[in-house]
Amino acid sequence: MTAQDWIQIVLVAFLIGGAAPFVGHYLAWVFESPRIAPERLIHRLIGTDPDKGMDWREYAGALLLSNGIFFAAGFVLLWAQRILPLNPRHLSAMSPEVTFNTAASFVTNTNWQAYVGESQLSNFSQMVPITFLMFVGANTGMAALIAIIRGFVRSGTQSLGNYWDDFFRFFVRAFLPACVVMATVLVWQGVPQTLATSVVAHPLEGGTQTLILGPVASIEAVKNLGTNGGGFYNANAAHPFENPTPFTNTLELLGMLTFTASLPFLFGRLSRRPRQGWALFAAIMILFGLGFGAIEISEKAKNPLFASAGIAQATTPFLDGGNTEGKEMRLGITQTSLFSNTTIAATTGAVDAAMDSMNPLALMVAFSHMWLNEEPGGKGVGFAGLLKEVVLAIFIAGLMVGRTPEFLGKKLEAREVKLAALSLIVTPFLVLLLTALGVTASFGTSSMDNPGPHGFEEVLYAYSSGNANNGSAMAGLNAATPFYADSIGIEMLLSRYLPMLPLLALAGALIRKRIHPDTAGTLPTDTPLFVGLLVGFMLLVGLLTFFPALMLGPILEQLSMMHGVSF
Amino acid sequence: MKKKTPEFSRSLILRALKQSLVMLNPLGLIKNPVMFIVEVGSVLTAGFTVWELASHTGAVFFTGFISFWLWATIIFANFSEALAELQGKAQAESLRATRAETMARLVVGDDIRTVRGSSLKKWDVFVLSAGETVPTDGEIVEGVASIDESAITGESAPVIREAGGDRSGVTGGTRILAGDIKVAVTSNPGETFLDRMIGLVEGAKRKKSPNEIALSILLIGLTLIFLVVVVTLPAFSSYAKTPVSPTVLIALLVCLIPTTIAGLLPAIGIAGIDRAFGANVIAKSGKAVEVAGDIDLLLLDKTGTITFGNRQAVQLLPAAGLSQETLAQATRLASLHDTTPEGKSALALAEGMLPTLPKVEEIAPVPFSPDTRMSGADTPEGAFRKGSDDAIESFIGRPLPQDVRHAVTGIGQSGGTPLIVVRDKEVLGVIHLKDVIKPGLQERFARLRKMGVETVMVTGDNPLTAQAIAREAGLDDFFAQAKPEDKMALIKKEQDKGRLVAMSGDGTNDAPSLAQADVALAMNSGTQAAKEAGNMVDLDSDPTKIIEVVEIGKQLLITRGALTTFSVANDVAKYFAILPAIFVVSFPSLEVLNVMKLATPETAVTSAIIFNALIIPALIPLALKGVAYRPIGASALLRRNLLIYGLGGIIVPFVGIKLIDMILVFMLTHVR
Amino acid sequence: MKSLTTSLRATLLLLLITGFAYPLAVDAVGQLIFPHQANGSLILKNGVVIGSSLIGQPFSQPRYFHPRPSATPDPTGSGSVPYDASFSSASNLAPSNGAEIKAVQSFAQAYRRENGLPPTEPVPVDAVTASGSGLDPDISLANALLQVGRVSKARALDPSTVKKLVMEHAEGPQWGLLGARHVNVLGLNLALDAMKP
Repeated sequence: MTAQDWIQIVLVAFLIGGAAPFVGHYLAWVFESPRIAPERLIHRLIGTDPDKGMDWREYAGALLLSNGIFFAAGFVLLWAQRILPLNPRHLSAMSPEVTFNTAASFVTNTNWQAYVGESQLSNFSQMVPITFLMFVGANTGMAALIAIIRGFVRSGTQSLGNYWDDFFRFFVRAFLPACVVMATVLVWQGVPQTLATSVVAHPLEGGTQTLILGPVASIEAVKNLGTNGGGFYNANAAHPFENPTPFTNTLELLGMLTFTASLPFLFGRLSRRPRQGWALFAAIMILFGLGFGAIEISEKAKNPLFASAGIAQATTPFLDGGNTEGKEMRLGITQTSLFSNTTIAATTGAVDAAMDSMNPLALMVAFSHMWLNEEPGGKGVGFAGLLKEVVLAIFIAGLMVGRTPEFLGKKLEAREVKLAALSLIVTPFLVLLLTALGVTASFGTSSMDNPGPHGFEEVLYAYSSGNANNGSAMAGLNAATPFYADSIGIEMLLSRYLPMLPLLALAGALIRKRIHPDTAGTLPTDTPLFVGLLVGFMLLVGLLTFFPALMLGPILEQLSMMHGVSF
Repeated sequence: MKKKTPEFSRSLILRALKQSLVMLNPLGLIKNPVMFIVEVGSVLTAGFTVWELASHTGAVFFTGFISFWLWATIIFANFSEALAELQGKAQAESLRATRAETMARLVVGDDIRTVRGSSLKKWDVFVLSAGETVPTDGEIVEGVASIDESAITGESAPVIREAGGDRSGVTGGTRILAGDIKVAVTSNPGETFLDRMIGLVEGAKRKKSPNEIALSILLIGLTLIFLVVVVTLPAFSSYAKTPVSPTVLIALLVCLIPTTIAGLLPAIGIAGIDRAFGANVIAKSGKAVEVAGDIDLLLLDKTGTITFGNRQAVQLLPAAGLSQETLAQATRLASLHDTTPEGKSALALAEGMLPTLPKVEEIAPVPFSPDTRMSGADTPEGAFRKGSDDAIESFIGRPLPQDVRHAVTGIGQSGGTPLIVVRDKEVLGVIHLKDVIKPGLQERFARLRKMGVETVMVTGDNPLTAQAIAREAGLDDFFAQAKPEDKMALIKKEQDKGRLVAMSGDGTNDAPSLAQADVALAMNSGTQAAKEAGNMVDLDSDPTKIIEVVEIGKQLLITRGALTTFSVANDVAKYFAILPAIFVVSFPSLEVLNVMKLATPETAVTSAIIFNALIIPALIPLALKGVAYRPIGASALLRRNLLIYGLGGIIVPFVGIKLIDMILVFMLTHVR
Repeated sequence: MKSLTTSLRATLLLLLITGFAYPLAVDAVGQLIFPHQANGSLILKNGVVIGSSLIGQPFSQPRYFHPRPSATPDPTGSGSVPYDASFSSASNLAPSNGAEIKAVQSFAQAYRRENGLPPTEPVPVDAVTASGSGLDPDISLANALLQVGRVSKARALDPSTVKKLVMEHAEGPQWGLLGARHVNVLGLNLALDAMKP
């Protein structure tokens, strides 16, 4: 670690910690102040009464219905690519399973890509269905979160708010303006934004090089701010057009955290318990920081298997050494580690390096982030997932202070525990069962690009990513087969809505509860002790579930490499 | 007889063991899904063992040994539940034994018939005289009696029970010392509180309490997760070209699912009720005990709860120009035949001030009359009277002298009660009567405050008096000039704020409040209505007993949380024991994960499963006794318990499994 | 029914805003204020687009500095075409993969051979590993400096002149804060051509 590394790390940490409270408080204003004119206009246009409260069933119903239509619109527009404009290369539609996979992937904010952007999608497809789904997928998560938060902080009503009201408040006053600003800055730094499709260049040594262009900056902005992650190009943010400079790298990773890391503060505001916001932010950042540290150490380390080839891997003033396979020189290891940790932790999935070539320890962090999926997790749903962990951690620990466990003055009883547990078990079920299928069936193993434990990790990663609505991939795995495209497509839909519904139901159960005033016997949930407890609970329960998978994947790979064994 | 903890006698343990074998019946066990899964595993491994024996394949010894310990795991869990049940039953039976069959004199019309006590039905009326044993629970409808309740409460001082008041209840098994009473039976045979209590611990009527249900759901969730972990492991291991035997998979599953807490959970709940019973409190349900731990507000009546039922004279304040002795003399004469506690204490105070106590012969006592609201005596020296200030003012027909009025006000402000003494309408002075606060209450209230329970005194006194007493007793708040219906309103108001309210009471007019309160401790001495309305009955009739109930409730929840944490934390070590054992042969580099350096894969798996089984009986005493509650604040308590049961739960199995492994290796090398 | 029409209308509205208004607005702003960047940071030489300053190009002649190995696949699916900008891709080889170790070994041998280095000379890791995009325009300074001998010999330049040129083209960290030091290969090679064609 050089001074240069430390400077970047401290700078990024400072920017995250500095911006999050402000954004959180801004979002609180967005959701609590009167509607502004554009919002009123939209509600008139779409014919809704934004003041009409919805109970959890109505809210979930509106959410599911809208998402169904978003999905259908996205699917149809992708499927019709051949006949739509802005397609000078006459690209035909993708296969039905990949089209399904893509529509499912983008509406669920996963943005898993079973296709190669620059060679399979027209500019119209990138600009309209893809950008549209990126916006609505992220926005849906945010609306769901607001409804869920209301369950925790409100009382004496059944209404979790109005879905469309929440949806457009965030869209009009936060999401869209932020995207416009960020896209403009990205263009300044070199990200293309044009309706032109390609330019043929004539390199110095002869031949030609086809440079693919398009509305990259506008996608890039929503990709990060919406923690979507679906890149314009196959290499995603490793591509110099998506991420031309270290500054864009930093900006993009901060973009992923702009809204997600601010959610604890939004929660603190809405619950009128600012300390609670800080405590949850601390829990998130502890896991986030631990993850970064491990990735940085992992990727700065020398590969013992390279020793015999005589490779200079140590960092010197002339070489940013480490695991450079799959990494870009302008960014360097530290920027890449910062970005990788963020993109996995925030479930963006937009990688700026090849995950498949990462060292096992870094992959272990990636797995852990995806399984926990709450540090800070995706737009809205990540924080909602964290609230579920809070409920369960309080339930167990709260008993140890000798009271019926309660959070924010609301008692956690059988129904709440049932719904939180229901939401909790979705991840292990989907990830483990699908991985078991993928690593045993020949139609699963034939897609693997690497042998041994790393091949296992590729399949595990695919389903972990699909489940986490993350979207990053160990891209060696050929996921464009019917088996993977369909199974991951279905998984993404299930893992998006299955945990969300119990959490909305949990909000529906909590909102009916009285808020019980704190007493000296109440377990405080805004102390360092509680933060430690929450982090410990998440690690213990999360990692116990996946310990066998970790052992047969990254742990085995790491130990083998240390013993000089390759596969 | 404060605590009736039967020892873990040999016969008790034998009976519990027998019971735990009966409980292997899968139809009963399915109510505890975690243990049911263990039973399925036990049956399967037993089947494997038989098959391996018959076909001479596989590691028969290993499979059989694992199967043995899986069966042991269930039996240990059953044993804990059986032991808790039997313990409660033993307590109940020791009580029931005191209720030998007695005969009752039943009133039938104008006749009185002698019948067996056990044949009495609700609403039957019987009569009792001195020396007789009360045949069943009832309420006095006529008369007053002094009763020895020591058989039930262990308290040897006799108590007075009388018709009409709030102390009209009699309990079966107690003995009449004096007095003749007519008693109405309040419950049918088999439905007395004692019977209900016995039913509760016997499990026949035991319903899982809400928190127990919530915890069970969480445990099922965890079990499902570990089930899928184990179910998918063969697929993963086949990719790694390392087959895993079904026996090892079952062993891993049983180690991972929360068997420890699932096994002990029923015992913890029963033991909570047992403990309440040990404090002579009969809880009508497990829920009642559990809710007690959540109480935010405790309403306490002043009289009888915070103060002794009667006031004591502490000071004599003579009127201007009179001597202390004059007043003392007058007080003595006015109180000489006063049998009320106040009168007696005034007499004692006055006599203590007089140098000599001349014999008084010609004295005509004037008892307290509701009309004059005075009492006293007529003597040759004059007519002595004592009474409240307004009673005296209307008696003498003019206001009290300035200085006396001043003294009266001062006493009132200090929380005391003034009693004016007059001789033939001449005001002699004031007796200062004071409420006497029961000793030790301040500490108890401080303890409650640390638990987060606010204490509020309810009294009919004026606010000044109430405030003085509340301050002296160390209460958080008071509610003065309260009428019975006010108490109800207060409870509702606090409940609307989201708070849980507890109270104790005995009178019929307490019944609506008792029914409204979240935790209501009725006094056994109280009326039937109060006992029906409350969700607990204190056999000792001690209103402050509710504090102990709160602690028992908290202990119950803490024990559940602590053992759950411990159980889950245990999994870390079990993983480190079993997983390297499975894969180290194929991947020698995984040997570093064998941090316990267990001898062989077989001993590693076996040690883990033995530890998993043995930890249950090892924790039975804790489950039955409960984790101690300390009023040190929620955070400190959590830190402490997390350290012991969380961190301890991670470390202990590492040590335990290593020890078992060493013992196994020792046995294997010495047996062969 | 009402909620269905609401959803349909909202979908239409959102498609218009996010699919057209938003990207076209960014387009307009980009083309107006940053036309060079918005169109791909193209480098023109005599009116011909020779590439983008952001995108790496294949170089194999001794007179040019060579970029990193590239794993961009042939879009037709057979083998690989380095620096194919129409299909960005990484090698996706695992650090534990025997094929990766072999590739690194053969890249290192080739590198030493090209640059006339002794077998004991450590090869900078970026010279034997493929980038994340397969289009990395940059190499490390260490990598560039090891190529100075070969390039100066091929161009009959004084090695110290070439070395100076390399050092002049060293970029990063951006604003002294972000990223790592590197050299843009195309920029360096253009400068070489400008100095001595």
